[in-house]
Amino acid sequence: MSKMHVKLTVNGKEVEGLAEPRTLLIHFLREDLKITGPHIGCETSHCGACTVDIDGKSVKSCTTFVAQVNGADITTVEGLTNDDGSLGVLQEMFREHHGLQCGFCTPGMITRAHRLLQENPNPTEEEIRFGMAGNLCRCTGYQNIVKAISASADMLNAQKEAAE
Amino acid sequence: MIPAGFEYHRPGDIASAIGILQEHGDEARVIAGGHSLIPMMKLRMAEMGHLVDLQAIDELKGIEVGSDTVTLGAMVTQHELITHDGLAAAIPLIREAALQIADPQVRYVGTVGGNVANGDPGNDMPGLMQCLNATFDLSGPDGNRSVAAREFYEAAYFTAREDEEILTRISIPVPGAGVGQAYEKQKRKIGDYATAAAAVMVGNGTASVAMTNLADTPVWSESASAALADGDVNGCVAAMLDAIEPVADNRGPVEFKKHVAGVMLRRAIDRAQNRAG
Repeated sequence: MSKMHVKLTVNGKEVEGLAEPRTLLIHFLREDLKITGPHIGCETSHCGACTVDIDGKSVKSCTTFVAQVNGADITTVEGLTNDDGSLGVLQEMFREHHGLQCGFCTPGMITRAHRLLQENPNPTEEEIRFGMAGNLCRCTGYQNIVKAISASADMLNAQKEAAE
Repeated sequence: MIPAGFEYHRPGDIASAIGILQEHGDEARVIAGGHSLIPMMKLRMAEMGHLVDLQAIDELKGIEVGSDTVTLGAMVTQHELITHDGLAAAIPLIREAALQIADPQVRYVGTVGGNVANGDPGNDMPGLMQCLNATFDLSGPDGNRSVAAREFYEAAYFTAREDEEILTRISIPVPGAGVGQAYEKQKRKIGDYATAAAAVMVGNGTASVAMTNLADTPVWSESASAALADGDVNGCVAAMLDAIEPVADNRGPVEFKKHVAGVMLRRAIDRAQNRAG
């Protein structure tokens, strides 16, 4: 099969490459672009470890052909740091509240939580749990993940208020 | 888990998409959100030489809420169904059901057209569309035609759609004021397909009842609907339990599925009746 020319914006940078249409986005990110934040967990669209943000939507990159997102704007967990490279609010709150143990699910968790808080800046605990239902964690029992997201919402709202 | 190779197409209108399907015949398949098809391709249970991506076709998009009819473009996502306030006001049943499909990531890309056209007995939208008496618009080489949702499903993954046809739009009559609606779904875990699910509309002397994942097609029952329209809940449940044909699988044995079907249907009826004017 002939390769196609792929052009994406990933974490604010324009990137290009050649890929077979059957290449899954997760493989293109990790193997071609060396962006290894998004993880390959179940590889069957259940676990959410491969979640990236595509044009404002949380999407499982193991169930997306790179051909389908040609031209898209993609954010991975690497793109959620502060401009100076320090941990972003969600990343810092996951650390602070022990929202991870082994850390394998964390990139997907944080990328999904980012979009959840963009859409709902004041989620209830139930809304957080429902909104994170596409991401599995086998370490934490989720309690500290929920706490980390809730604390992130408070901090982001406080930052927004301070800026106004 | 890497699928077999294919040529990728992204046509900009329906006519071009049909042209590609005609040119390549059995070798071509359309892809909408891809969250049913891509897993099958990764398992090599689906292979095709040509994949026709429908995402750039504007004619397949958009939600229109009229006073009598709602139309949904086939490429409308579950997320769009959930976040459209006009749709939720006109037919609240759709949001209620869409929220119970898969998980947030899947709902961002999973489409209503893919959900109804795939013919997977586990999908929620086919039974819902039968309950709502929706009509599916199909476009193919010989022109356009419409098929009632209640006539569309033939067997698991077999529908009235021909290989070279594309399901383009779904038309749904807006239920009259005073008609209560409810969707009840039992699943093993969040995001799962239904062990049993029930879609119910009742009010103004009318009723419509359909169930999901209890046969190799969705089950809309005329006699169950008629019984409920007469206010006979027990008769409705008995008629529906007679109409379904569940098989034993990892969601449970037949007896359990029939039990859960009855519970889901009674709960949906109860809530729909409470919501009726």
